[in-house]
Amino acid sequence: MAKINGEDFNEVITIGEYLKKKGYTAARVAVMVNGEILSKNEYDCTKIQPDDEVEIVGFVGGG
Amino acid sequence: MKISEREFAEAVNSRSKSPIYDKMKAATVGIAGLGGLGSNIAAALVRSGIGRLVLADFDKVELSNINRQAYFLRDIGRRKTEALAEILREINPFCEIVTHDVRVDEKNCLEIFGECPIVCEAFDGAEEKAMLVNTLLSESKTVKIIAGSGMAGFGRANEIVTKKISERLFVCGDGKTDVADGEGLSASRVIICAGHIASKAVEIILA
Repeated sequence: MAKINGEDFNEVITIGEYLKKKGYTAARVAVMVNGEILSKNEYDCTKIQPDDEVEIVGFVGGG
Repeated sequence: MKISEREFAEAVNSRSKSPIYDKMKAATVGIAGLGGLGSNIAAALVRSGIGRLVLADFDKVELSNINRQAYFLRDIGRRKTEALAEILREINPFCEIVTHDVRVDEKNCLEIFGECPIVCEAFDGAEEKAMLVNTLLSESKTVKIIAGSGMAGFGRANEIVTKKISERLFVCGDGKTDVADGEGLSASRVIICAGHIASKAVEIILA
């Protein structure tokens, strides 16, 4: 089973679909798959694989 | 007062069982954005004896910055790079400071920060934060990034934490309090987040 931000996930969808479903804005996130950064142009063609560990950072403004 | 580097180093090392100055002096850190996070991160790092800072911001100091940024009223209207470099030299004249008075974007960020093993992301806007993290992690194979996300408002100090996302990415903040929601930004909470970022940078340097 895949893990996204530490939670179990077992649907076969793309990163792009997941972000949309969860209400993330693609321009404000960084997505790490198994410790490596995923380029934005790969979001829509990268399917979440059963053993993937995905970390999504949704940035908020202020600094 | 004229202080020698030896005296400064001894003062940085004082009360510490293992001296840190030599390791700090050998280190280079980049800071992207010189607002509430960046200016306070830089001040913390020069106080700990950092050897080299690469600072980038295109902006000028405004009155609305004084509530949380390290600048003085006398700096209003000056370029942040120039004003901050002067403040930092008054704290620690032995730090080499490189400034880039430019808006950091996808095209220039590797050129500006490519030489830095550690980069602190200290922008104000969420999209700029994401841009820097995505671009540097993709284009550099080694850089470690410490980013800030979620430090608006007052109070809830203990909600601000440092989170390890991967070997090369750390994110400090509460992860959710967005300045766009209208809570404003305060020195107390922004400085806590800046302290987390600077502390992680020092931890990596001394590891």
